[in-house]
Amino acid sequence: MADATLVSSPRRTQEWVINLIIKLSGYSSILFVTLIFIFLMREGLPALRNVPLSSILGERWYPIEGYFSILPLIYGSLVVTVGALLLAIPFGVGTSVFLSEIAPPWMNQIIKPLIEILAGLPSVVLGFLGIQVAAPYLRRLLDLPTGLSAFSGAVLLALIATPTIVSITEDALNTVPSGYRQAALALGATRWQVIWGVTVPAARSGILTAVMLGVGRSIGETMAVMMVTGNAPVLPSGWDFLFTPVRTMTATIASEMGEVANGSTHYQVLFFIGIVLFVISLVVNIVASSVSLRGRTRAERVLS
Amino acid sequence: MKPFLRFMFAVILILLGGCASGSSISSAPAAQPTRVAAYIQNKGSDTIVNLALAWAERYQELHPDVRISVTGGGSGTGIAAMIDGTVDIANASRAMKAEEIAAAKAKGIEPVEHVVARDAIAVIVNPANPVEQLTLEQISLIYQGAINNWKEVGGEDRPIVRLSRETNSGTHVYFLEEVLRLGQKENKALFSMDTLLLPSSEGIISEVMDNPNAIGYDGLGYVIPEVKVVAVARRAGEAYIKPSVETVNNGEYPISRDLYMYTRRDAGQAVLDYLGWIKSSEAQKIVLKLGFVPIVGQSVTRK
Repeated sequence: MADATLVSSPRRTQEWVINLIIKLSGYSSILFVTLIFIFLMREGLPALRNVPLSSILGERWYPIEGYFSILPLIYGSLVVTVGALLLAIPFGVGTSVFLSEIAPPWMNQIIKPLIEILAGLPSVVLGFLGIQVAAPYLRRLLDLPTGLSAFSGAVLLALIATPTIVSITEDALNTVPSGYRQAALALGATRWQVIWGVTVPAARSGILTAVMLGVGRSIGETMAVMMVTGNAPVLPSGWDFLFTPVRTMTATIASEMGEVANGSTHYQVLFFIGIVLFVISLVVNIVASSVSLRGRTRAERVLS
Repeated sequence: MKPFLRFMFAVILILLGGCASGSSISSAPAAQPTRVAAYIQNKGSDTIVNLALAWAERYQELHPDVRISVTGGGSGTGIAAMIDGTVDIANASRAMKAEEIAAAKAKGIEPVEHVVARDAIAVIVNPANPVEQLTLEQISLIYQGAINNWKEVGGEDRPIVRLSRETNSGTHVYFLEEVLRLGQKENKALFSMDTLLLPSSEGIISEVMDNPNAIGYDGLGYVIPEVKVVAVARRAGEAYIKPSVETVNNGEYPISRDLYMYTRRDAGQAVLDYLGWIKSSEAQKIVLKLGFVPIVGQSVTRK
């Protein structure tokens, strides 16, 4: 009995230490998010007191002369993100349907690592390709005044968001029970009917999650869009709005944060933009998780 | 327990090693183990960064006991860092603003200005663009968005795409005050909203190289033969002048400026020695080599 306690006591200490470390790592994420939120609020909210709302919701962003409208920046981020998703969703979902339903295993083994490489490419490398290749090419192809436009940014962001969408959609498709497919095939459905009528609808909530994470990935992307969108803070003025330059919120923070004096109005407004970005990504995450939870409960309802 | 402890120890060692090697990155050459007498931190204007690097490299060859690290980021960035006390010398392509001087004094730092070289801003277009010369007023109207087609200034029927540096660039502020507002203090003209703000000088050069619609401006040191430099006249009827060392030094070219380094009044002896060397004729030869205009041996009368 005495021996047993001697042996087990250091082991128990060890367990206790490991347990503590794991717990702390878990709780730390709560701590970090809270601290970041408090910091953003403390630095950014004074902007609302120092800049009149009519200026924040004006039409011009030119901080060195006291023009602080964030509308062109929000518009810039939205148009680039939505454009990227319009390109990335069909492309990404199509790729994952191909990978999970159609492609033979040997092709899977080639394509999947390539997609992972695409996911791992630093965005500044893509931005460099964009500024040297994509923007000049698009200018010539579409006869634009300049290729540095929202559209170039959307194309690059689509490339960045696609791997995320592909891997999550593919997981969702793979978790569809094979009984669904077999039952549909037994009823005489063609392969296309199985994919479009059974597999993709069954994986719907997973696909929505993938899209939401794609949104998060695109709206937070900085370097690539800063290099190719031209960074002109303008509001849309005509139907060619997709092919004119825009300036995103992230690019604004990245390029201006280095110059501002600590605590100045400009500094506070940049943090206020940070709050807007934080809220957007929070909403996207809440929507994504509520959609996927609702999907799960429905599946459980069906199975029970 | 033991392997676990050993593992943690290894992790901590790796982390420490990472920090140590991370913090020792500097532009200093890995010279023989001499005693390092001084570190000089130098940061600021992207216009000057190549020049400052060339100076730092040469000075470190002459004085192996001095380590100088040079980074860019824009004049505003460098001045802010000097005010915060994180760098010894701020490079700036514009004079410090009154509010920056006030911010420095509030922190007990008295900034000292040193003119270290001169620079001309070249207005550049694509070689395929037939426009050869512009007046300052035409350039101002183009950048304000009043002139939107090249045919209005004697070119082809093409839209004008305006390129500018970001607002944290000293070149941007200088161009705004001296060209867009024609040097008039009460003039409140602004850049046209659709002006593209590119994050680097190279970005402007590469877009102008590629795009026949584009007009840009950049420090003379950055201009490469693949873009066309426009001759500029102060006002209509006066001579159109291309920027060069001669035309800047004799004051003929209208868009030229001084380049500065700022230190605090109580800077260390190593910093003062370095600045003294920069004003010597040897260092000013490097200025000439990099496409800027030296301050020594020439008397420049500015308008």
